[in-house]
Amino acid sequence: MIRRLRRLPGYVFLSVFALFSVFPLYFMVVSATNSSADVLDSRLLPGTQLLENFAKLFAEQDVVSAMVNSFLIAVGTTVLSLLLCSIAGYGFEVFHSRAKDAVLAILLLAMMIPFAATMIPLFELFANAGLVNSLIAVIVPTIATPFLILLFRQATRSFPHEIIEAARIDGVSEVGIFARIYMPTMRSTYAAAAVITFMTAWNNFLWPRVILINNDVQTMPLLISNLSAGYVTDYGVLMLAVLLASLPTMVIFLVLQRAFAAGITGAIK
Amino acid sequence: MSTDVADRTRRAQPGARKPPAPDPAINRNRPWLTEGRRRSLTGWGFLLPAALLILVMSFIPMFQAFVLSMKTGRGTNLEFAEPLWSNYARLLSDEVFKLTLQNTFIYLIIQVPLMLILALVLANLLNDPHLRWKGFWRTAIFLPCAVSLVSYSLVFRTMFANDGFVNDALLGIGLIDGPINWLGQPETARFVIILGLLWRWTGYNMVFYLAALQNIDQSSIEAARMDGANAWQTFWHVTVPQLKPMILLTAIISTNGTLQLFDESWALTRGGPAYSTMSMSHYLYEVSFLKNPNFGYAAAISFVILVLVAVLAFVQMKVGDKRD
Repeated sequence: MIRRLRRLPGYVFLSVFALFSVFPLYFMVVSATNSSADVLDSRLLPGTQLLENFAKLFAEQDVVSAMVNSFLIAVGTTVLSLLLCSIAGYGFEVFHSRAKDAVLAILLLAMMIPFAATMIPLFELFANAGLVNSLIAVIVPTIATPFLILLFRQATRSFPHEIIEAARIDGVSEVGIFARIYMPTMRSTYAAAAVITFMTAWNNFLWPRVILINNDVQTMPLLISNLSAGYVTDYGVLMLAVLLASLPTMVIFLVLQRAFAAGITGAIK
Repeated sequence: MSTDVADRTRRAQPGARKPPAPDPAINRNRPWLTEGRRRSLTGWGFLLPAALLILVMSFIPMFQAFVLSMKTGRGTNLEFAEPLWSNYARLLSDEVFKLTLQNTFIYLIIQVPLMLILALVLANLLNDPHLRWKGFWRTAIFLPCAVSLVSYSLVFRTMFANDGFVNDALLGIGLIDGPINWLGQPETARFVIILGLLWRWTGYNMVFYLAALQNIDQSSIEAARMDGANAWQTFWHVTVPQLKPMILLTAIISTNGTLQLFDESWALTRGGPAYSTMSMSHYLYEVSFLKNPNFGYAAAISFVILVLVAVLAFVQMKVGDKRD
């Protein structure tokens, strides 16, 4: 009993922080079902306005195309990024040499370059290529990240080198070893990398804000930010849009929480 | 990274004992292409696509931005400035820039230490083997990481509206007499941004500490408890020192992130009132793409951010080393 009591402050602290963490999300979900007036009256119970809010939102904004764009960007970034960075991470570890280690060290420096410092030349690059307002321009700068390369290089260390040697003796090509042996074996690393990349791409805001200059091509974060920029905000509609923008990543998070945690902490173990 | 050498020597041995058979067909046609060279080239082939993309999308733009920061003019009509550093000189007399720099440092100095301490305490509580409902606590506190920065900014904006939930709640329990104009005054608006950052990122850092706690020696904690140290002493003298590399890493990541703050400034407070919450990246965006776009001046701002990121990371690493 005394042991239990000694832990009481811990439980209180955890409860307060958990409430602080969950409440804004509860507020978002509940408000999506309430009218703007009810949201401002701080109604904290589910309401009946969900369908009305849906109707208003879809009348005002092209939610479907923003959702499609966001999915295309997130899936495209994830597939290309995982492929490119895992090949590189594998290459840096399996074929390591002094020169390649030096290249890796330089690439890792890119992690310290703030996106803001590359944003204007990147904008000019894609503008000159006629790719302003294109999804390709949103995806390309975010595909190759030093973080993912590092994640895959660290993970490759636990991949038994004997398997590679054995496959070479059996006459499997280097690409074959990677595609047919390494990739299936490293499923959990790919899962972690996929979750983190998908969520980052889905939530990206500054670069899409810069390169998608007219509002015909929008992503969900751009759509909700434009929705709140008017003089009169319908809070129920806004919270519904925010909920829709958050739903895919929240579902992925709740289903693949462990993979997500492994993804963000993976490269540093 | 200190295990590199050991790793490599251990791994090199089986390869040395059992060299893979070279493919004679290749060597007959191209005698210069030995097995070692062929493998090395394959390696370069594997890593070059990503390396080149990082070169083109990060390093080259960074150098272009530096060149750009020495130019003046409107739109794409740019010439080298006279003197070359005039954009940087102009920063010194730009009151708005100085304000955004000050805002960024206020967030940095208040929010980052507070968040890391909270994350440490939470991770330590969750690491207690006797704690109940562990999965529930972890999921709840980690959950804010699932929503985008713009999304949560708009939720906070709604909750902190003049006639919004927070004022209603505070009025309801009698803590305040009239509604507080949270987003309309510099101090309270900054407070809301800091609160938002704490909400979004504390769980994220907690997960880093939880991962690190898995790797530290549990017996050292048990031993300290056996020797009569209380929970606080054990935490401060046994757990925290072992987490130091991770604390350093999270401090660098958080500092880096705060210096690049954009979404919250844009969506939560829109930089206002009167630039008092605007971040440096938000100002950079305004100078680049709104009103009178000035790419040269914007590039100079971006380079200040770059230098600050580099210098602060360097300082933190030095300080982190010294306490060993």
